[in-house]
Amino acid sequence: MAGTMDAPQTRLVDAPAQPAPTREPLLEIQDLSIHFRTPRGLARVVDGTTLTIHRNEIVGVAGESGSGKTTLVEAILQIIRFPNRETSGKVLFTPRSGPKIDLMQASDRQMRRLRLDEIAYVPQGSMNSLNPVVRIGNQIVDGMVDHGISASEAKARVPEILERVGLEPKVARLYPHELSGGMKQRVIIAIAISMNPSLIIADEPTTALDVNVQRRILNTLAKLRDELNVAILIVSHDLPVHAQLADRIAIMYAGQFVETGDIVSTVTKPLHPYAAGLMNAIPSIDKPRVRLDGIRGSTPSPLNWPKGCRFHNRCPHAMDICRDVPPSLVPITTGPRETPNGVVEVGPGREAACHLYPESTPTRGANDA
Amino acid sequence: MRDTGSTDTPILELRDVTTIFGSGAQRTVANDRVSLAMAESPARILSIVGESGSGKTTAARTLLGLQPPTSGKALWRGKDIYSLSRREMTEFRREVQAVFQDPYGIYNPFYKINRVLDMTIRKFKLASSRQEHAALVEEALEMVNLRPPDVLGRYPHQLSGGERQRVMLARAYLLKPKVIVADEAISMLDVAVRAVIMNILLDFKEQRGISTLFITHDLSAAHYLGGDMMVMRRGKVVETGDVDSILTNPQDPYTRLLLDSIPSPDPTQRWSTDLDEIAELEEQAGLAEHRNVVVT
Repeated sequence: MAGTMDAPQTRLVDAPAQPAPTREPLLEIQDLSIHFRTPRGLARVVDGTTLTIHRNEIVGVAGESGSGKTTLVEAILQIIRFPNRETSGKVLFTPRSGPKIDLMQASDRQMRRLRLDEIAYVPQGSMNSLNPVVRIGNQIVDGMVDHGISASEAKARVPEILERVGLEPKVARLYPHELSGGMKQRVIIAIAISMNPSLIIADEPTTALDVNVQRRILNTLAKLRDELNVAILIVSHDLPVHAQLADRIAIMYAGQFVETGDIVSTVTKPLHPYAAGLMNAIPSIDKPRVRLDGIRGSTPSPLNWPKGCRFHNRCPHAMDICRDVPPSLVPITTGPRETPNGVVEVGPGREAACHLYPESTPTRGANDA
Repeated sequence: MRDTGSTDTPILELRDVTTIFGSGAQRTVANDRVSLAMAESPARILSIVGESGSGKTTAARTLLGLQPPTSGKALWRGKDIYSLSRREMTEFRREVQAVFQDPYGIYNPFYKINRVLDMTIRKFKLASSRQEHAALVEEALEMVNLRPPDVLGRYPHQLSGGERQRVMLARAYLLKPKVIVADEAISMLDVAVRAVIMNILLDFKEQRGISTLFITHDLSAAHYLGGDMMVMRRGKVVETGDVDSILTNPQDPYTRLLLDSIPSPDPTQRWSTDLDEIAELEEQAGLAEHRNVVVT
């Protein structure tokens, strides 16, 4: 960090807290694919994704628009109702009590019980979906009553819930139009935590907000993780958001994960050329002013992903094999490895799908097309 | 450059511009005595930075001739933009180009991409033959790193956001403008593409002497582009000067708050989670969170 300026005082310069020691899996996405039959062919929007989220862990999903991140989280919650949908794979969820449930096979009734109660969802732009004619307090109560809490008990809990997300109890009596964008987003998070879920899925929760408000929202999410022992799956195209909040990150490209790992190593020593390109495309006031490259070309269409590695036509490291054989997402052997940014020491727990690492090249006949 | 005065007349200038929307309880002062000037040469980039509702878009619209100010003057080469003759207006529209936030909404979905370029060439009579016309289109697309076969003959929905925004920059480039007013031109684009767009603006400045008025909420983007910066809050200019000196030594508490709130892309440089600390900064900046929302 050869900075052009001193780091502002409020930034802590030590490494983020390591993921909590309990490595108990909470949500296991296993080879999940979501395809849509369209008049123009099969759109393979999410295509063979595997990712595990542990209890009390914050996992970030990053990727450009059209990479499939939103479809992925919608599938987890079974809220995709597109008629020509084809899914395969499993999403195993471990509830507080009872056996694991495959969300892909769960009945509507089971899903209704899990949503909000166990898995809370904060969709993109949801702060603009608050009911304009209902007081904030009642909107929070609604969800709880739906999940079997008596109206009086639900009402009694509202002040505490609001306080958890940094809002004063009097906000309960206000209407959405009386709130700023940041406050509305807090209300949405308040609704999400109202039933004490074990997983919050937040899709671009800070995207339309001003930076100082964004900072407060991210801090609130970090605080909730510690206080409520909740895991958070956060979807954002904005890498700095992940850098500030996540324990682990999964980078999505063209419907697949191309790299996963702990946030510090993945950002500072990316393995996949797409991840490396992404890191090199972000301007930072802490970095000296040099021309950034960006990534040439644009996201391919899910109707027609490129053959072989889906990134090969934009990749500065593409080899012959990349045009034909899709690499698989596998753990990368630790030790000094040649990466897009030169030789770096690769630590444990990192996965990538790239032929730069021979372990990622499937053995003949072992993998699909 | 034709008949107008010396080079020290700014190409674009706001002089004490105040713009008020609504009246009574709805009265909003979107711009409060805002002044700025952009010199014709050397080309420079001026970034206006501020949160939503700070009045940066109103200032840009005033300079584009789209929003007459309540009081004060908006000047192009020393002439009032809102009382230009028809001939001057055409010249103004050539020299000052706009690129907006939404590269999706700006195109008519029924027309091919070529149309925005063709219409521009025709309206401003830039080419005298078909060959010249084609050469101009090709040059403009090359300047924004697009291959003509990738975009010509295609419809807007077949292009990505970054490609569409680049076609908008190519259209602006056709007119050899003096200034491009880019209002949040990168905020709807993917991070990987943002740098590409900013690099084009830097190329325009360095190779073609085109200045940019860059409206953004993103301080890191302003830092990347360099040049000058103006920080706005609630309609007022709170700080103005060279980007580097503002970023290394912010004078106004609001600038300090913004600067401190930028998420660092480096996960080893995390914010403290001390909310009181932010609250203090916000208070100094006169920004309690419980405030009335202002119109953008």
